[in-house]
Amino acid sequence: MPVKAAAQIVVVGGGPAGLAAAASAAECGKRVLLLDENPLPGGQIWRAKNGTITAEAEGWRQRAQAAGVEWRGGRQAVAAATGQLWLEHAGGVEVAAWEELILATGARELLLPFPGWTLPNCCGAGGLQALVKAGLEIRDKRVLVAGSGPLLMAVAAFLRQQGARVLLIAEQAPAGQVAAAALHLPPAKLRQAWQLRRATRGVPFLAGCWVEAAEGRQQLERVRLRRGVRRWSLECDYLACGFGLTPNSELGQLLGCALTAEAGIAVNRWQQTSVEHIWCAGEAAGIAGVEAAWRSGEIAGYAAAGRQERTAPLLARRDREQQSSQRLLRRLAPRAELRALAQDTTWLCRCEDVTVGEARPYANWREAKLQTRCGMGACQGRICGAAARFLWGWQINAARPPILPARVGTLAQAAPAPSISTEVTV
Amino acid sequence: MPERVRVKVNGRELEMPAEASVAAALMSAGVSGLRRSRTGEPRGPVCGMGVCMECRVRVDGRAHQRACQFSCREGMEIECR
Repeated sequence: MPVKAAAQIVVVGGGPAGLAAAASAAECGKRVLLLDENPLPGGQIWRAKNGTITAEAEGWRQRAQAAGVEWRGGRQAVAAATGQLWLEHAGGVEVAAWEELILATGARELLLPFPGWTLPNCCGAGGLQALVKAGLEIRDKRVLVAGSGPLLMAVAAFLRQQGARVLLIAEQAPAGQVAAAALHLPPAKLRQAWQLRRATRGVPFLAGCWVEAAEGRQQLERVRLRRGVRRWSLECDYLACGFGLTPNSELGQLLGCALTAEAGIAVNRWQQTSVEHIWCAGEAAGIAGVEAAWRSGEIAGYAAAGRQERTAPLLARRDREQQSSQRLLRRLAPRAELRALAQDTTWLCRCEDVTVGEARPYANWREAKLQTRCGMGACQGRICGAAARFLWGWQINAARPPILPARVGTLAQAAPAPSISTEVTV
Repeated sequence: MPERVRVKVNGRELEMPAEASVAAALMSAGVSGLRRSRTGEPRGPVCGMGVCMECRVRVDGRAHQRACQFSCREGMEIECR
């Protein structure tokens, strides 16, 4: 039998929401286990260069540690059932038993298909930033930053600071919407945006501009751009293209949690999901930014520990952050023209090499999966599912165990779990 | 100077920074295609955070390892494509 770990409250995900949830629950006297796939806490946003964490993450880490939170990094949740969680790590498999479960699994980038999007060196915007933080030498490389959302400016500023030649920032939302979004930013965020713009001085920022195609033989060589009626090509070494974030809801789906229309895990005001004893905090419940994430984490931590009264001063702040993020994201919503970029021959599913034309005729995600194998490869539909949702409005809610590729040994040890005995898609 | 380690990429010896992820180190060395897709196209790292699975390589004989998720180690043998 696999090694067991047990805690009253298990938190999955050690980013801002998970750290706050774990610290808050432990401060209420609960035995708390905090798990993450990465060796260090902080999540994607509080990751510094070359395997270190930012000061914010360190502050929260210390608070969690002082409260007695047990940290276990390098653990990947691959399956779950009521009261149990199967974790894979370098040395084998573990089962974590929980009484209350807090999902703080964060978000990933929304990547949308266009001709050539699968060429090497076409990365996500946050993707290229993560790779540079992990040691990719970007000095003097020509980079085009494109897609949508506040991340673009931050990525461009970071890449430039690392010595990259950022050729252009292309934001797909129309200039009017970008201006309106900026005008409605809270003062602190507006200041931040202004600082980022200063850090990218000299780099053209084009609103209403998007990538129509990426071209190259063995890797990216040039990008075709469009703005209104103008179309042109730009030679570059890397494309950093992302369209904002989409929630990581797979673990919640597996446990039967209801989802929102925006593909997040649905929660009530105390961050409780539709399933008893399961809570969700941060961007897994909906995209709302880092402050909303850690505030919702504190709320989930206190509420899961049975101390709802402690959440009172936090609720309004969280709601304000969420509303301000939602207003911003509505203004920067992906334009309809982006749906027309993918041709019948454009890949939709990168893992199984299924084209947009092959998947399009089906009525829904399930049918398309069964008939074409799209979404059934190694990433389990994390990339193409979100793209299909954007292209055709399909609901993506069919996560199955294991939610990530797992070793045969892990599956064998987890076999007693009824949810995993029959459905193994590798 | 960051510490450097020697790894083998498809049999060719390369020096890489020890703290870099394998994905980042390979890209820095000009190896952009890390795997072949089902239909034989070159694919490289996209998400940088372990989600997209495009950076899978064989490491020390073990297949399907996400190159963005671990660092270079002295003597590591990496097979791409």
